[in-house]
Amino acid sequence: MSPIILTLKESPKVPLEAETVTPDAFLTMSNEQIRSSLVYHGKRHCRLDDFFDVTGEYSDHIEMHGDLHRVKLLGKSMSRGQLKVHGSVGMHLGADMRGGRIEVTGDAGDWIGAEMINGFIHVHGNGGGQIGAAYRGSLRGMKNGTIIVGGTAGLEVGMRMRRGTIVVGGKVRDFCGLQMKGGTIILMSGAEIRTGAWMVRGTILSLQPLPLMPTFVPSGHYNPSFIDLYARELRPHGISLPNSPSSGTWSRHCGDTSIPGKGEILIWNPALLT
Amino acid sequence: MIRITGGKIYDPANGINGQVRDLCIDGGKFVSSVIGGRTIDATGMIIFPGGVDVHTHVAGGSINFARAMTPEDHRRTTAFIRTQSRRSGLGGMAPTTFATGYLYAGMGWTTVNEAAVPVLSARHTHEELHDIPILDKSSLVLMANNEILLDLFEAGDFERAKDVVAWYIWAAKSYGVKAVNPGGVAAWKWGKDAKQLTDPIEGYNTITPGTIIGGLAQIIDELGLPHPMHLHCNNLGAPGNVWTTLETMKLLEGRRAHIAHLQYHAYGGDDWDTMRSASAEVAEYFNTHTNMTTDAGAVLFGDTVTITADGPWQHLLYKLTGRKWGNLDVENETGCGIVPYTYRPSNLVNSIQWAVGLELLLLINDPWRIFLSTDHPNGACFWRYPEIIQLLMSFDFRKECMTKLTPIARERITLPDIDREYTLYEIATITSAGPARALGLSQKGSLGIGADADVVIYEEEKDIAKMFSHPRYVLKGGEVVIEDGDIRATPEGREFIVKPSFNPDIENFLKPKFEDVYTMSFENYPVEMERVSHAEIRDCIDT
Repeated sequence: MSPIILTLKESPKVPLEAETVTPDAFLTMSNEQIRSSLVYHGKRHCRLDDFFDVTGEYSDHIEMHGDLHRVKLLGKSMSRGQLKVHGSVGMHLGADMRGGRIEVTGDAGDWIGAEMINGFIHVHGNGGGQIGAAYRGSLRGMKNGTIIVGGTAGLEVGMRMRRGTIVVGGKVRDFCGLQMKGGTIILMSGAEIRTGAWMVRGTILSLQPLPLMPTFVPSGHYNPSFIDLYARELRPHGISLPNSPSSGTWSRHCGDTSIPGKGEILIWNPALLT
Repeated sequence: MIRITGGKIYDPANGINGQVRDLCIDGGKFVSSVIGGRTIDATGMIIFPGGVDVHTHVAGGSINFARAMTPEDHRRTTAFIRTQSRRSGLGGMAPTTFATGYLYAGMGWTTVNEAAVPVLSARHTHEELHDIPILDKSSLVLMANNEILLDLFEAGDFERAKDVVAWYIWAAKSYGVKAVNPGGVAAWKWGKDAKQLTDPIEGYNTITPGTIIGGLAQIIDELGLPHPMHLHCNNLGAPGNVWTTLETMKLLEGRRAHIAHLQYHAYGGDDWDTMRSASAEVAEYFNTHTNMTTDAGAVLFGDTVTITADGPWQHLLYKLTGRKWGNLDVENETGCGIVPYTYRPSNLVNSIQWAVGLELLLLINDPWRIFLSTDHPNGACFWRYPEIIQLLMSFDFRKECMTKLTPIARERITLPDIDREYTLYEIATITSAGPARALGLSQKGSLGIGADADVVIYEEEKDIAKMFSHPRYVLKGGEVVIEDGDIRATPEGREFIVKPSFNPDIENFLKPKFEDVYTMSFENYPVEMERVSHAEIRDCIDT
């Protein structure tokens, strides 16, 4: 199946809501139907081809080109296929996603994979805040799936997430894992303050030292075997997690005891070279 | 001028039970005959008077707080898109004002009573009531925790207390008095509650919840308010609270009273594990004491948001559920708590609550004294009333629903043993004629000559819930507002208010108090008449 290629003609002046751009929808649409599908430019109803050149039809493989940092809701609720973006995207990428793959070569805005149920999202650049999070007022964030962000990320990463995995390569800002109910967040370059605040369950791994809240209780050093499973799973995506006892140990911190929660933050302590 | 022909009429106020008659409407009222005008052929259809909701929360500070607290619900709910004749809005657990009007009218309800208004937010409430189209409205003002009034009760100054209540009702441009957890909300400001009718209230020496209930009921009777004291009893929601409820009812002997959302006050047992339905005890007492009316406050399974002036109860509910919690302190008048909640059939307490609401509706044998309500949005949202009607009209449907309950829950309820099925005539009584009479609105809930021409026309259908959710026509004040599932017109509704008489000197007593304890000046406090849209002042009655 040859991919459907969307190339941005001109950057929208206000955010463009393009929730129609999903493999599920395009699989059953002719080129003309794709061109005429509805997008919202601010409050105005527009056609997709007002902003994009479209080639291809009837495919669940979509490629997009251009600076899409004002294009929101790409891949919303998608359940299959592939969406590849050569450039940056706006907010709500893959929100409520059910399955399939999204890959973005540039940056992405806030709410990547918000409330997603399953699937795989890989952003090679920087991500915004609220990755895999629950929307305001909602009790449940992402339920499953994997989100990998190569660069930095913003506030409230994994807020109220239930399950699934989030990996962030760069530094993460405050309140990572806020009110987290389960799942795993892996911080390759650490985070700023209040990591794991109000977390009920779940695991936050950090390869760099973290400023911990006083409500997290130190509970030993060890090399848990589940890390090896994550390491094996993430290796194909260029992520390596250390776990051999000769190279160091993980120190475990239990919390957030102010809830009281049963979550854990594991921080990697490399062995001192002698 | 409209003539409705050939429909089967259910008009309990005039004793008409399913006879085929013509209805004639002119000038917004029913008349004996009309010449010309539109004719609606209702042959084979069922005609009810417009629904009247005696207890709901649709406007003001607390429901607005609930709207703000539930953004997650707004994403998944019915959206009303703006058209030429209709404003935009959202349905869901706490619908917006315009949507509230469209949803109520779309279901055939044409009059609602907003049951809890602090005087301090009365102005806000009237602004929102103005924005609820189609419906006629009334509102009740919260009194049983007003510290100025409690101080007067403590001092034994009954006459002045009566003037203060009357002054507050007129200041709020209200229709009656609501008493919520008497003394308990005042005690909540000390971190306490009031669970015993005979124990002095925190912060006071002599007055008890019992004195407040008795005092207010007497004041309301002496003022001759058309709607009696609207009482939310102490100990709401707690296992074993049936004793408090029965004590309260005994206290009210010889007085008129409306006991709100009785379902929340009819539980036996000692704690959450041993909780059981005590609806039989309550219904037995209620059936033999005709001084009271009540509304069911029924519960349906699903998501909702609970809002009440009962601050201490809401704090407990928040502690039990770990959900979001909002708490408001309304100066020296009352309080308010808000907690989103999900009723689940797998939960023992929720199952009992679901059963108790239906049991009360089925065990209380006079449909003129118990009315359909869910205490919207506390037990369920008002737009789910047709589901309750179906449960009341079909024993088989109840049995089917009971299979979802756990075996332990089925042992703790009496619902499986009750095979009563409501008739259409009884449904028309509990949804319209009864609540209209309890509210003292003689022109509502009736299809008789001279009454307001609020009519619902249903196409007869086997699926009861579907029939009651989708009326074929709804007329409000003689105007067709719903036709074939479409909103055709959105006229503004009226507001019913009362002006009880009081000694004007009471202002000299109250004014210094405002300078001492209120954040609002005395002059700015009463709601101006211009703020109340299409106000109709109702007469007080001789009790």
